[in-house]
Amino acid sequence: MKGLAPIAAAVAVLAAVPFVVHSNATLNFLIVTLMIALAGQGWNILGGYGGQYSFGHAAFFGTGAYVTAVLQVRYGVNAWLGFGAGIAAGAAFGGIIGALTFRSGLRGSYFALVTLAFAEVLRIIASVAPITGAGVGTLIKLDLGTQAFQFQSRALFYWVVLTLVGVSLVTTRLIERSRFGAWLIAVRENEDAAKALGVDVRSVKTAAMVISGAITAAAGCFYAQYFLFVDSGIAYGTWISIEALLTPIIGGVGTVFGPLLGALVVKSLGEGAKLVTGDVPGLDLIVYGAVLVLVIWFTPRGLIGGFTQVRKRLTRRATPAASSIQEGGHG
Amino acid sequence: MLSPTILIPAILNGLLTGAVYALVALGLTLIYGVLHIINFAHGALLSAALFAAFFAYRLLGLDPYIAVFLLSPIFFAFGYALQRFIIGPASGGDDRNMLLITLGIAVVIENALLFAFRADTRTIDVPYAFKTIDFGFTFLAVPRVVGFVAVFLVALVLWLIMTFTDIGRAIRAVAKEKLGAELAGIDVAHVYAMTFGLGSACVAVAACLLIPNYYVNPSVGNSFVLIAFTIVVLGGMGSVPGALIGALLIGVVESLSGLFLGESLGQIGIFVIFIVVLLVRPSGLFGERV
Repeated sequence: MKGLAPIAAAVAVLAAVPFVVHSNATLNFLIVTLMIALAGQGWNILGGYGGQYSFGHAAFFGTGAYVTAVLQVRYGVNAWLGFGAGIAAGAAFGGIIGALTFRSGLRGSYFALVTLAFAEVLRIIASVAPITGAGVGTLIKLDLGTQAFQFQSRALFYWVVLTLVGVSLVTTRLIERSRFGAWLIAVRENEDAAKALGVDVRSVKTAAMVISGAITAAAGCFYAQYFLFVDSGIAYGTWISIEALLTPIIGGVGTVFGPLLGALVVKSLGEGAKLVTGDVPGLDLIVYGAVLVLVIWFTPRGLIGGFTQVRKRLTRRATPAASSIQEGGHG
Repeated sequence: MLSPTILIPAILNGLLTGAVYALVALGLTLIYGVLHIINFAHGALLSAALFAAFFAYRLLGLDPYIAVFLLSPIFFAFGYALQRFIIGPASGGDDRNMLLITLGIAVVIENALLFAFRADTRTIDVPYAFKTIDFGFTFLAVPRVVGFVAVFLVALVLWLIMTFTDIGRAIRAVAKEKLGAELAGIDVAHVYAMTFGLGSACVAVAACLLIPNYYVNPSVGNSFVLIAFTIVVLGGMGSVPGALIGALLIGVVESLSGLFLGESLGQIGIFVIFIVVLLVRPSGLFGERV
């Protein structure tokens, strides 16, 4: 299918990295970056394509992480099954939160607030409930081996998260090309008009939230398997809600490669800032915040949008008439 | 546990806590009422104001109740500049972008504080921090009673500004009908920035009233601002009396649920109210329809 070739190419290039790079620190950096890209892709389906800006995607990330960890530690469930259950739980939470909020017709600022509140409630519950290990958190026992989803080599973990990212990229592309994707974009552009044309707005948004929740939960499941430790501040913390929305917005909202590009840029900037000034607390996040403001200021459609704009400007110089038509169609 | 000797002080203390919440919420609801955005930087501004009040006392020896007259103009100017020169131009007028810009600013301010002052929690020790007033049936801490009175003074000042000054009329005009106000020759960018400045000044007042018997660290503002969001939604976004009543209500709910459920779980009561109000009546108690 058209449009899948760039994804295959990108994944193939990324898959080759561990053959060239052997440094554990670098691989660790790339694994975390890809994990954030995955969480961001989940946000992108709902926020980028559907226009519903969630400020609480930690709700899904944390649910994935906790379900994976708690099922293994307390119920002896196989890690792979736990991983699948974590993703399913993320989808279920997406469905529940989506059904509740969209039934009330919450949009814009209100939607942002209610998602934030759900994540916060889950964080408080996880910090006191005995099943999650309360304030201590849950530690997954070290048990290296494929059956326990734990690998000695960083490269294997890298390929696992890359596979997940690849699946999320293909899913996003398929949604983009489908009728469902067209409905979703119609909702983003003008909800009332979409409704008037017969789009079942509520179901479309809820379905987007289910998919979104599942993908971001997958990132949480991966977090639990990779770091083998989960607590309420990590799993349901605001940091992941912010990273999940930051990466697609910086890379390009509502584009397939936006979250991946955004994660690479944001994480590299953070690491770069640390290299320049040493490991000072807060500095990488200062850079994040500043980059977020600057990107919205100068390229409101993210870096990918910025590239398209520059390309358009260059072609306009060559053929003024053709590009002005393009411009008109774009708005 | 239901005896009045425990219940009445708990309710009174809840009202006093609610008063400080009200100050944070007033700024938030003012900004929402005019700009129609939720200012995610509000919590970070509160942390910054608490640090300012802390250093005003430690370095300049200024009592927080005097520093308030210095800090609120400074924060007014800061808020004005923030909206006029960063949030306004950077968002290009798009609501979703404004949300994200305020979030970006919040991240920058909070981490700049962390970078400069580290995560240590600090307190000041004013002589009246632990003084109490004997009301016959209960004792109440002096700084909290001062805070309670001050909230109503601030609300009164805000009301006077909104009702009797030109800028107040302009702010109300923009809140009601932005385009019409613009056509009537009102400088909307200026009004937006004035509103943001007033909201930030409220934060500075809240900080000066809080610091005598509270603490400061780079993320302290966040715990307040989530509660302030709840209050603003409960009272109706943009409604000043709604914010006052909502805040007192939330203060009492927090105090009582803390009494019955324990400190850490007590917070849940607030968020449950928050979610239920959002889902059932998003316009709040006094707000206009969403």
